Amino acid sequence: MTAADAGIENMRSALRRDARRRTAAALLLTLPLLAFLLFTFIVPIGALLLRAVDNPEIARALPGTIAALRGWDRESRPPAAAYAAIVADLQALREQSDAGTLARRLNTEVGGARSLVMNTWRALPLPATTDAAQVHAQLIGIDPRWDEPWIWQAIAKNGSRLTPDYLLAAVDLRRTVEGSVESVDADRSAFRRILMRTFSIAAIVTVLCLLLAYPLAWWLSTMTARRANALLIVVLVPFWTSILVRMAAWIVLLQSGGIVNQSLAAAGLIDRPLALLFNRTGVVIAMVHILLPFMVLPLYSVMKGIPRDYVRAAVSLGSHPLAAFVRVYVPQTYAGVAAGSLLVFILGIGYYVTPALLGGPEDQMLSYSVAQYANVHLDWGMACALGGVLLTATLLLYAIYRRLARMEPALA
Amino acid sequence: MNPNTAEVPWERIGFVAVRALCIAVLMFLLLPIVVIVPLSFSSSSFLVYPVPDWSLRWYRELFDSAEWMRAAKNSFIVAPAATLIATVLGTMAAVGLAQVRFPGKNVLLSVLIAPMIVPIVVVGVGTYLFFARLGLSDSYAGLILVHAALGTPFVLTTVSATLQGFDTNLVRASASLGAAPLETFRRVTLPLIAPGVISGALFAFATSFDEVVVTLFLAGPAQVTLPRQMFTGIRENITPVIAAVATLLIVFTTALMFALEWLRGRRGAGSR
Repeated sequence: MTAADAGIENMRSALRRDARRRTAAALLLTLPLLAFLLFTFIVPIGALLLRAVDNPEIARALPGTIAALRGWDRESRPPAAAYAAIVADLQALREQSDAGTLARRLNTEVGGARSLVMNTWRALPLPATTDAAQVHAQLIGIDPRWDEPWIWQAIAKNGSRLTPDYLLAAVDLRRTVEGSVESVDADRSAFRRILMRTFSIAAIVTVLCLLLAYPLAWWLSTMTARRANALLIVVLVPFWTSILVRMAAWIVLLQSGGIVNQSLAAAGLIDRPLALLFNRTGVVIAMVHILLPFMVLPLYSVMKGIPRDYVRAAVSLGSHPLAAFVRVYVPQTYAGVAAGSLLVFILGIGYYVTPALLGGPEDQMLSYSVAQYANVHLDWGMACALGGVLLTATLLLYAIYRRLARMEPALA
Repeated sequence: MNPNTAEVPWERIGFVAVRALCIAVLMFLLLPIVVIVPLSFSSSSFLVYPVPDWSLRWYRELFDSAEWMRAAKNSFIVAPAATLIATVLGTMAAVGLAQVRFPGKNVLLSVLIAPMIVPIVVVGVGTYLFFARLGLSDSYAGLILVHAALGTPFVLTTVSATLQGFDTNLVRASASLGAAPLETFRRVTLPLIAPGVISGALFAFATSFDEVVVTLFLAGPAQVTLPRQMFTGIRENITPVIAAVATLLIVFTTALMFALEWLRGRRGAGSR
């Protein structure tokens, strides 16, 4: 090896070392943010997902009963040991609140379970006996419903610490006693309808935003940068104004004595005020108002970079200007259209405040159900399962959006 | 006759129609925000036009209300604290990630930007579940931490954008002249990327200042912020006091926005 070769080799390894050191420094600088997000964002979302499958109440309160019911066919009479086990398990619950937690949980499975569990718990302890038949008779003496199969089925079905039931319920499915999955009855299915409503409101808002934003972004892209920036301020003012301020403004505008109705009446277009508030119309109008800037800005940044020459060339070759626009210009904006639409749709499906303040009961979206189950029904399992469904839909769309934004540098 | 001359008026008409539509869209964006302002100066307790007489009574009522003043105080505690955390962490990460490529960088970026995308109700429920266990629900600390997390993607993206026009030779020059990395950052990098950092901070501030859903889950009665108070007010009984708060917020956020636009102009000049 010559001295020159050794020198090059030295330099190469020095460069490699430098690159490695720079990568290490980069990761070191990113680490605090990552650790912070882990604590304030990622772990909390993990807690939500875990809670969606968490089923601790029955497994914790009735370990003996669950062991005794293992292997039971869930059709015939439960094994005799189960009666003694449930008496022992219930006697072991010292506090009324422990029994209450179990009773509430079982009651969400089958109606009537709450009174059955609480009546039995209050009647305990039973006179000591080792005879299985006698324990059974005592239990039936407290409440004859212990001879019915449903309570045992509910306990056996929830013997595991983890359950798919909340997630299944979030898409209107349920497990039967035997463990197979089926759709819930049509009259009890609610969540699929809310999910469809969420998607349909977001889709309508996305289409309206596109229809309004496309000409505006195109017009802005034909101006000098100076004029376009001045007009963009008009797009940015609502973007920066508090959502709550805009909600208040729309209520003032859309109420029955509001300016919109007043103007329409003054113009002789209507005799009676239109109902624009606390229904779908109000929700869609306000959501379009909030999300429109998210469509205008990516469209504008893509359109700004499109050279005029192609359309001019098409026209000079004899194309009708409109045909040239549709066939030459519009295809060049597809990336912007896709990115803007995805962004608006992704943000739209997560909306909570706008439907809550401007919508009626039939206009509430999935986020509202999440909050409702958490705050009103205190059913965190259901709230988290619905949140998990919303999160999954969002992340899938976001993955597509990221791929799209990587292909189109103007959108990054 | 030349067939093209017949088409020219149609083209003109089309262009005028598009322009009229665009002006209507701009009106749709702007007018609702403008309309609420005069109502806050009305003497009437109804939020309807025409305004019978002018008065400042709703502003007096606002400033005399202990509830609203506490909400304002809370907002001005939580938002600056969240902004500070988000700006420091976001800027560090942006500086670190700007110069390197490594496998998985895109995945990492997707994770760091996710707080901007994940439905806010999911964040609210998740942080409530986790923070309640740590005793951080119903506290300023919990609210500040989550608001900071929501603001970090904005800082990361704006600072990253500024760094794209950044000449790394300046850092090398500074190092070769003997400056320690921290000194180089403080005296060379930071002054050059400052407009991006401040833009990011303004975004982070606005994010926290306007956040209501996480606050609904995480804040106790003592931590009610302005948006939270407005949410209750709008839901229960919308009065001209709300219009007064709205007017003050419009003035405040518009000032923030103009500050940002000014910085954006400077950023363009600085990176050249």
